[in-house]
Order: sequence, then C-alpha cells, then structure tokens
Amino acid sequence: MNDMVGIVIVSHSKDIAKGTADMVRQMVGSEVKLAFCGGDPDGGLGTNVSLIIDAINNAWSPKGVAVLVDLGGAETNSEMAVEMLQPERRNLVIVCNAPIVEGAVMAATEAAGGSSLDQVRAVAEELSAS
Amino acid sequence: MLETSKPNGQIISGSVQLVHAVGMHARPAVKLTKLAKKFQAHISIRASDAAEWINAKSVAKVMALRAARDSIIEIKASGEDAEAAVAALVDLVATDFPDIGR
Repeated sequence: MNDMVGIVIVSHSKDIAKGTADMVRQMVGSEVKLAFCGGDPDGGLGTNVSLIIDAINNAWSPKGVAVLVDLGGAETNSEMAVEMLQPERRNLVIVCNAPIVEGAVMAATEAAGGSSLDQVRAVAEELSAS
Repeated sequence: MLETSKPNGQIISGSVQLVHAVGMHARPAVKLTKLAKKFQAHISIRASDAAEWINAKSVAKVMALRAARDSIIEIKASGEDAEAAVAALVDLVATDFPDIGR
C-alpha cells in the first residue's frame, strides 16, 4: 500500500484533540499520517486557523487530507484554513461532517486500507447519515 | 473451523467463536475491518443469531454488529483470494485479535 489519505483532528480543546489522536494511533495504528490541533495560542479553548493550516500540511498526503472537527468554530476555522492553503492543495482537503472521535477512528481505518479521499469521507460521514 | 463449500469455486465460508472479553467492540472491529480490506474478495460477516450479512470492510457496520462474547461469527467470501481471506479472519477472531505489526 503506498499513499494513504491523511487525517487531521481539530478540537476546541487540545486535550480532546490529543486524546482523539491517541485513540486513532492505538486502535488503527501508525501507518496513517495524523496531525491534531486544539486550543488557542494562549492555552485557552478555541481553534486557530494557522495551527489548523500547519496540521493539514503536517498530515499531507498526495491522496488528500480528511479533517475531523468538533463544534462550530472548529468547522468554520477549518474551512478558512482550507481556503488559505496553497491552491493545488485546496481541492484535496475535506472537512467531514462527522462526530470527531468516531469519525477520526473510522476515517483512519478506511484510509489505512488505501481508500480515496471520497471513500474516507463517506465512511466517516456514515455515522451522521439519517 | 474452515469449511469450503464451493460448488464453482465461488463462496468460501467459515465460522469462529468470539472469545474477546467484551465482544465485538470498537478495537476488534477496527482490526477485523483492516484485515478484511487487505483482500480483494467480497467478504461478509454476521453474528450467528443475526439475519443480515454485513460488509466486513465497513468499519461502521462491523462496530454496529455488537456481537457478544461467545457468539459465533460467520464469515463468507467470494473472489480470487476468498479462501485466504476467510482463513485469515477466522484466525484473527480465534486468536482474540492480537496486536500485530505495530
């Protein structure tokens, strides 16, 4: 298996982001590229566009990156981060409409099998359907 | 137990008892799905008391299976590497989902 879709976790809380990443690492393994960010630069709760951009670039894969977010601002800031990426990367990043922990584990499981970005998204979003 | 019932070399099936302490929960489900994805074959599983077969490569569906400890997991596969797939999955469940390749 060569390239796998990368996974980014964006939470308002650094602890949640890290804990979710730990679950992915333990349950799925270390073959998938994974990055996370959470909290504002002052150590409070929040999300930060430049930290999200860094996370996406750190998890970068030619197959793209799936971003899992928690509440409101995490989603809007992630979308803003995607807009600010290098143009050739923008179309290869998807912010998934899925619960952050479950979505991250399932997306990573799917990514580990070598699936495309669209397939990874579909699996993560299976939980939100209906 | 691996039983090969293949009239035209088509469908391979096997069954195995789930010995995992908490049944088919998140971690075993991820392992089973990841292993299933390594094969080209179409692979379905079900807990023996269930009517419906589910796609063994769908992590959401495998997790939702919620098979209890000691239930029998049935596995069937079709395709080129079906036999290897069923053997590998039976082995995974029978050996209680060991950590490999970390």
